[in-house]
Amino acid sequence: MQTQLQINGRGYALNADPRTTLLDALRNHLGLAGSKKGCDHGQCGACTVLVNGRRINACLTLACMHDGDEIVTIEGLGEPGRLSPLQQAFVNHDGFQCGYCTPGQICSATAMLAEIEAGWPSNVTQDVAGAPELTPEEVSERMSGNLCRCSAYPNIVDAIMDVAKGKRT
Amino acid sequence: MTPFHFSRAASPGEAARLGRDGATYIAGGTNLLDLMKLEVMTPDRLVDISRLDLGGIEATRKGGLRIGAMVCNSDLAADRTVREDYPVLARALLAGASGQLRNKATTGGNLLQRTRCYYFYDTAMPCNKREPGSGCGAIGGVTRLHAIFGTSPHCIATHPSDMAVALRALDAEVEVENADGKTRTVPLGDFYRLPGDTPHIETTLERGDLITAVILPASAGALQAYRKVRDRASYAFALVSVAGVMRIGKGRIEATSLAFGGVAPHPWRDASVEQMLKGQEPSHELFAKAADALVANAVTHDGNAFKVPLLKRTLTAVLAELTGAKQ
Amino acid sequence: MTRHLKVDERAHRDRLEEMVQGVIGEPLDRPEGQLKVSGRAPYAMDDLPEGCCHGVLVRSTIAKGALAGLDIDQVVALPGIRAVVTDKRLTKNPAQGMAGKAPAQGPEDIIYFGQPVALVVADTFEQARHGAQILGRRFEAESDVALNPDDPNAEIETPKKKQSSMGDLDKAIREAHFAIDETYTTPGHASAAMEPHASVASWDGDKLTLHGSYQMLHFNRAELADALNIDEEKVRIVATYVGGGFGSKLGIAPEGVAAAIASKQLGVPVAVAMTRQNVFEMVLRRSETEQHIRLAADEEGRLTGIGHEALVSNVPGEKFSEPVTQATPFLYRGENRVIGHRIARIHRTPAGSVRAPGEAVGLTALEIALDELAVASGLDPVELRLRNIPDKDPSQDIPFSSHTLAEALMTGADRFGWKTREPKPRSMREGEWLIGLGMASAARVNMLIESKARVTLARNGSALVETDMTDIGTGTYAVLTQVAAEMLGLPVSRVQTRLGDTDLPPASGSGGSFGASSNGTAVFLACEEIRRQLCERLECDPDELTLKDGHAVVGNRRIPIDEVMGGKDIVAEGHVEPGDAEDKVRQATYGSYFAEVAVNAVTGESRVRRMLGVFAAGRILNAKTARSQCIGGMTFGIGMALTEELIHDRRDGHIVNRDFAEYHLPVNADVPQIEVVLLEERDPWANPLQAKGIGELGICGAAAAVVNAIYNATGVRIRHLPATLDKVLSGLEDEDQS
Repeated sequence: MQTQLQINGRGYALNADPRTTLLDALRNHLGLAGSKKGCDHGQCGACTVLVNGRRINACLTLACMHDGDEIVTIEGLGEPGRLSPLQQAFVNHDGFQCGYCTPGQICSATAMLAEIEAGWPSNVTQDVAGAPELTPEEVSERMSGNLCRCSAYPNIVDAIMDVAKGKRT
Repeated sequence: MTPFHFSRAASPGEAARLGRDGATYIAGGTNLLDLMKLEVMTPDRLVDISRLDLGGIEATRKGGLRIGAMVCNSDLAADRTVREDYPVLARALLAGASGQLRNKATTGGNLLQRTRCYYFYDTAMPCNKREPGSGCGAIGGVTRLHAIFGTSPHCIATHPSDMAVALRALDAEVEVENADGKTRTVPLGDFYRLPGDTPHIETTLERGDLITAVILPASAGALQAYRKVRDRASYAFALVSVAGVMRIGKGRIEATSLAFGGVAPHPWRDASVEQMLKGQEPSHELFAKAADALVANAVTHDGNAFKVPLLKRTLTAVLAELTGAKQ
Repeated sequence: MTRHLKVDERAHRDRLEEMVQGVIGEPLDRPEGQLKVSGRAPYAMDDLPEGCCHGVLVRSTIAKGALAGLDIDQVVALPGIRAVVTDKRLTKNPAQGMAGKAPAQGPEDIIYFGQPVALVVADTFEQARHGAQILGRRFEAESDVALNPDDPNAEIETPKKKQSSMGDLDKAIREAHFAIDETYTTPGHASAAMEPHASVASWDGDKLTLHGSYQMLHFNRAELADALNIDEEKVRIVATYVGGGFGSKLGIAPEGVAAAIASKQLGVPVAVAMTRQNVFEMVLRRSETEQHIRLAADEEGRLTGIGHEALVSNVPGEKFSEPVTQATPFLYRGENRVIGHRIARIHRTPAGSVRAPGEAVGLTALEIALDELAVASGLDPVELRLRNIPDKDPSQDIPFSSHTLAEALMTGADRFGWKTREPKPRSMREGEWLIGLGMASAARVNMLIESKARVTLARNGSALVETDMTDIGTGTYAVLTQVAAEMLGLPVSRVQTRLGDTDLPPASGSGGSFGASSNGTAVFLACEEIRRQLCERLECDPDELTLKDGHAVVGNRRIPIDEVMGGKDIVAEGHVEPGDAEDKVRQATYGSYFAEVAVNAVTGESRVRRMLGVFAAGRILNAKTARSQCIGGMTFGIGMALTEELIHDRRDGHIVNRDFAEYHLPVNADVPQIEVVLLEERDPWANPLQAKGIGELGICGAAAAVVNAIYNATGVRIRHLPATLDKVLSGLEDEDQS
């Protein structure tokens, strides 16, 4: 079936089986293989993309349900030589090793910082009615939907904290 | 994933009519697509209800809250009123899944999550829920995730939702519209069915019923807690969870409602335990008595027997937290 | 020209120390980092060729028997289906590391639940996935099949070569002042690299190109060629970026062979990615282990005897068996020793290498036993270990090439604040949380594997490093670039490293922590040859030549390197082979772990609050990537200690938790800030770089530090990993009652 997708500010006409997930559409049909498939069941976060500014698992949504949505993938966040602050911070802090989960981590972190900015609480927020603080513990909890078997977790938290602090000051 | 016909409903009525004719609703899709990929669920028609005007969180005239079925879990957890008046709900939502999943998963869909039973998820295994009459793979197998209350010889699966456990403690009702355009509300306590000999029928919904909202009564108590016990610090299903809502006056428990996750085919409540606590002065002896009463009828298997002491200890801790009693 | 070295002797010079570029060891960013963070680094499935079909593997749903039939017609009739491939060359399981030949083939003979039996190929992934799911399979299942290591009908092998003893352990135990005699178990583990196994095959005539996710390319090439029954020269494997391996991608795997067969059969490129469930079921797992450990010590806590007898498993016919006791012969003193190794032949997913085969689980159990000895003897666990460091390899009577365990233990204790620890369990509490500190030693054997690399110093003064080595996240791109930059006196920006293509000189591959030092040595040797040729051009002695910042300095001459080149490239190859050195000395890496763990007194949940690792692995080639490797290893340890467990259904041998929802890798919230200290060390016996492997050291005993901390927090001794809350809770209930 036909779906019009808006990805990284550009229009794409997708003609695919309705069973095609957004992730498979990106990877197999649209030449945007930056988003990765680690589990295909929403259990690893490697496929995280932004839809209307929010992070979701691209593997657990059908492409045909996203006509008209604004989709941003890792390719839309920056490119070599013009990295986003988070992408650069991941390089500086070695926030990855094999790099496979990394696009998902960075998309997730990008939206996660906006969630904190918007005052969303998390499971570790002491006062669920209050404004969340920006702490490594908050970042770890909020990034727990993105597995990293190489375990760059401490470095990922450092990279995100760096960028977040820069934003706040 | 089996091929399916895909359409988008323009109105709840249209969705309900398509549903009556056998179509399966898809909203967030986070559980449905997960199961469709494994062909645990094989709908041949999908109707997209994600763009129906079923969002919004608003106050009811009775002082409660009406939560649209399409409100996603993250919006619900971030809602000001929910955080202030129903913190147990915010806590339960935030204890569940991941940031990404909460952005997609809807209120209605969360209620209809299927079990995480390993045998339900593997189509090579017998499962009465997936394939009625095929048997229960879990019984005699690996039962770490499984229920200790409300089970039957045909199924020992648990309901995996955190949100529903909090809603149960909050005496929520589910608003349902049917294909004839009629709306009714179902108390959450009447929404789920025990497995009995038909574990594949999980709710009292009829074909064509569409969840349009969840309605919360005015908050029953300022003291609220949700405690989830799990294998990882985050992003894992509950082995045991306890949602508690309580009101204390003059040093006594005036009212309490307690719901339990990870232990039953649906969010579990036990009126006798609540009755036992009502009117009493909080004390460790009281909590211990309540915990013993709660598990009195537990039926365990090798792999999940630990849930009995775990549930008792967790309940006791939650009661202590709610009443401010020291451990 | 090739510079060849067989490592028979210790290095008499520290050549890298003599260089002046100042990049070796520096914590430089990964050169490929920008590509990875922007989603531009192409992994196996990221650049599908035009007209590529998709294949999905179909599994067996019995553990042992025969495939009697497949309902192929029904599937082929579906839209888009191109073929159901049932070729007899399909492999049952992946090749073991460095096999160099095809693994077991023939899908009709079933030896484990989940074994691939066919490949469904279609125009699209969606069509192929559905076809694979509905493909009707008929099996003739055998009865009375051994599925569990303790099944009475499981054949137990006791290979003679894997048993050893010295002295009289029984007597030592009888006469010991303190003795420990316990059995520990670890469950099966999954490597669980984030990138599922994936291969894209395409043929040009009789030449096959396979873009795959593999760790050891020239071995994989030989394995694939053998499986297909074609010449190795006809096979090219490309793996420029590999999304993690941890041992799981050492050998050619079923999807690679299946993609190649299907592509040939259909005349189109075919991509096959395993589903995550396939990965759990078809990729070599780490065997579960049962370890009987006996320790005998005198009244000073000095070990007089060590017994370490392990039971592991594998399917019949697989040579690999988890080398549980690998570090036991040399780590601690003790004149009386028994090493035992038994293999249960059972029908589960075959077992193979998972990060640090042997020490990862073997040292973990041994280090828990040491903690029990510390409790029994009343000695501090650090002091106990310090008293038991041998001055030579006690089993072989040969010296150590270098030995840093004592320094690692003392540095770690100091950095972690170990002396604040209260030895008595349940001494520290914060609200519901019981706090404990635990520690363990780290050790891992060091290996060198034959490796080649080509280095070109181009006429423009830039350098190119080329080898079929892989970077599976380990930092190969970074460290090879640094070795060449240091040796050739170039800024790293002027050195490019090309990896992951069998058209390039064959390297060791990534495995056993030997990649960086083996292949780094090959690059080093190539650079030495280039330096020799530069000396010829400059008419100087090698010792007179200094290369720095793209200039050659000889005496008072300073010449831009491109001028020295005189319009011609210099191409040199380095080739290193292991030699007698490894028999003359015991080579290993050492370290220590310290962990602070909070255990919830109500629920038994354990959370690691801080962790420190101190490691020595010879010269560190890049302090940033080395640190990351250690953090990764220690996190594997956290997973092993607390959550990771392959659960098999004892009735039919199937893996129950075959996804990331139920096989619990640590998530971000499970991992605290981990501190890593890298000790300064040179090991001249290892290789001319004096560098040793570090990729696995971080996991070798790490879980024990966590489990020992749980004991210190609660008084509950966990001997059966992982320390899930149900086990801790059961101990807490006992403690509460006593």
